[in-house]
Amino acid sequence: MNKPVEPPQRFTSPPLTEGDRAEAKWQAEYARETSEDRTVVNRSGIPIAPLYTPADWDSSRYDDTLGFPGQLPYTRGIYATMHRGRTWTQRQLIGLGTPDDYNARLRDILARGASAVSLIPCNSVFRGYDMDEVHEELLGTCGTVLNSAAHMDRALEGVDLARTSCAMNDPSPFTLLAFLFAVARRRGVPWSAIAGTSNQSDYLSHYVANHMFFRIALPGARRILVDHIEFCNRLAPKWNPMSVVGQHMQQAGATPAEAMAFALSTAIQNAEDCRARGMDPDRFLPRFTFFFDLSISFFEEIAKLRAGRRIWARIARDRLGAKEPRAWRFKFHAQTSGVDLTRQQPLNNIARVAVQAMAGIFGGLQSLHTDSYDEVLSCPADVGARIAVATQNILREEAHLTDVIDPLGGSYYVERLTDQMEAEILRVMKIVGDAGGMYGAVESGLVQRMIGDSARRAQARVESGEETIVGVNRYQAEEDSSARQPLARPDPARMKAHVASFRAWKAARSQAAVDGALDALAAAAESAKANVFEQVVAAAESGCTHGEICGRLRRAFGFGHVQAIV
Amino acid sequence: MTTDFRPKVLITKIGFDGHDRGSRVVAAYLRDAGMEVIYTPPWQEIPAVVKLAVEEDVDAIGVSSLATDHLIVPKLMDALRAAGLDDVIVVLGGIVPDGDEQMLLRSGVARVFHPGVALEEIAQYLREATTKIRAARAAA
Repeated sequence: MNKPVEPPQRFTSPPLTEGDRAEAKWQAEYARETSEDRTVVNRSGIPIAPLYTPADWDSSRYDDTLGFPGQLPYTRGIYATMHRGRTWTQRQLIGLGTPDDYNARLRDILARGASAVSLIPCNSVFRGYDMDEVHEELLGTCGTVLNSAAHMDRALEGVDLARTSCAMNDPSPFTLLAFLFAVARRRGVPWSAIAGTSNQSDYLSHYVANHMFFRIALPGARRILVDHIEFCNRLAPKWNPMSVVGQHMQQAGATPAEAMAFALSTAIQNAEDCRARGMDPDRFLPRFTFFFDLSISFFEEIAKLRAGRRIWARIARDRLGAKEPRAWRFKFHAQTSGVDLTRQQPLNNIARVAVQAMAGIFGGLQSLHTDSYDEVLSCPADVGARIAVATQNILREEAHLTDVIDPLGGSYYVERLTDQMEAEILRVMKIVGDAGGMYGAVESGLVQRMIGDSARRAQARVESGEETIVGVNRYQAEEDSSARQPLARPDPARMKAHVASFRAWKAARSQAAVDGALDALAAAAESAKANVFEQVVAAAESGCTHGEICGRLRRAFGFGHVQAIV
Repeated sequence: MTTDFRPKVLITKIGFDGHDRGSRVVAAYLRDAGMEVIYTPPWQEIPAVVKLAVEEDVDAIGVSSLATDHLIVPKLMDALRAAGLDDVIVVLGGIVPDGDEQMLLRSGVARVFHPGVALEEIAQYLREATTKIRAARAAA
């Protein structure tokens, strides 16, 4: 006899609520009305749904994952008042020509609303050379040709050093800061009053991306950075010696999540190097700052920054052992992404920069550089730089973006995306951690390979048309080349005179003082107990030039090769 | 169009700038497109590039410039000619203002690729240009 067929089992589900019915109705309608069901994935690889609802974010986790501004885990901002209390620092990068050219441009930009000094030196400075050692054609075309304390004095003429924050693109061995200290002493301004940031002091980001640095071998760069942090903490406590750069990696091709993960891994590496020196995290971490790229992937950038803030607070407290809230705060400067700008229809870049800047503002930045629309054409000219400053003023004062703190907090989408970006950032950080931390992962080329892979994937998305770039792969139009301003170039006669007077000044110095200072620098590099940066400052005060200081350190620490990884 | 040989291309950067995203992406694309690619990190000295071009007997050189290093490319052209490499195709990719493009073409640069160019366009150009020089070399 056949076994009787068992009756189908019945599950009883709770009765449908009105909300469930509404959701089902929306789903059906959405499915009916979307002709193509394309998958949307953001740059970090996270799939994006067409709608987010209370099911995507559990508001009972508010205290744990969001909290209030100025409180752990700082998701909503590092200060209680955020932009409502103090707006971000408007920090436009400038640098061109001679120190006198720079000074004129600086005063103009300060008068137009910029609130701090930023200084970009000539590319020859990044590479560790003086102006009389390099191709003359390139001098001053991308930054100021500044090789001595006397040049710094002229560049900052009329600037009150005790009241103006100075950010300088000043990678290892931090000679620009040494020149600034020399000028401050000459003007009677105590170093304890000097405020600002050693932009791009992060040697690891230079090794894997960007490469605008003085090439010495990794161990030497690691040593000088810790010496620099120690010296500044001790003698210039308002100075931020550590600027951890995620921007380089993202510009070089890393996804937003990867760039954040690499930056956080770098910060851990540098903090642990400081701790290994016996330094106190409650003293050095409050002077760590970060620097990020703002791409046009609007919500993704906001989520990246909110997630980064939350991850860093926990790392600083739990892993690095900092007890002071000041040490948990994730302070950052951000720059709108030049990679997203197009040469085609260049005025469109003004719109792009505004959107990128908004992402950073909603992401809770402390300092902002907006790119000039013509950055993709050449080094920015005056008009472009003025529009970039005006963009910030408009967003702040006309659009009222500063009225409410973390205005997108509580958005189902933004909170869900923040959680997902956090998970992705932590996943990449684990890859780096498993490779021995950031130093090891850079030494082995792992990070460089990951960045290269992501760069190629991004390019493939543009070429396949999956990612639209207006004017490049869609909406191409006849070009109006009138928007493409000629490249601003330093006056060759003035540059020649600058080089000639530098040569004459060098010849007239006390050679004994210069030699003595450089020998002391070499001796410090040899001794594990000495502070190399202390001797860089002493050399700057003795009249040594940037190229002389770098040359001596190159000999002491060895040349830094960059792996050719394609 | 396809070629019956593998074009040999040197991808490099001269001068001070270190931004290498473009040169790496282009190098990888040309390699994947079947070319023989020799890639250098940034900051090559002009004599080093010439030496490499001679030793490797390259058909073309691609120079990436994003921060005004294109201004010393005419010096590279002079050095290549001095070394007898008159027929090597030199192309430049990156940020080059309109006025400078003419100056570069006059100095002997074959073509300037601006931001937004499709990678295949670069590959296509190099295939055609190197086919021509190989044919000219064979005829000589």
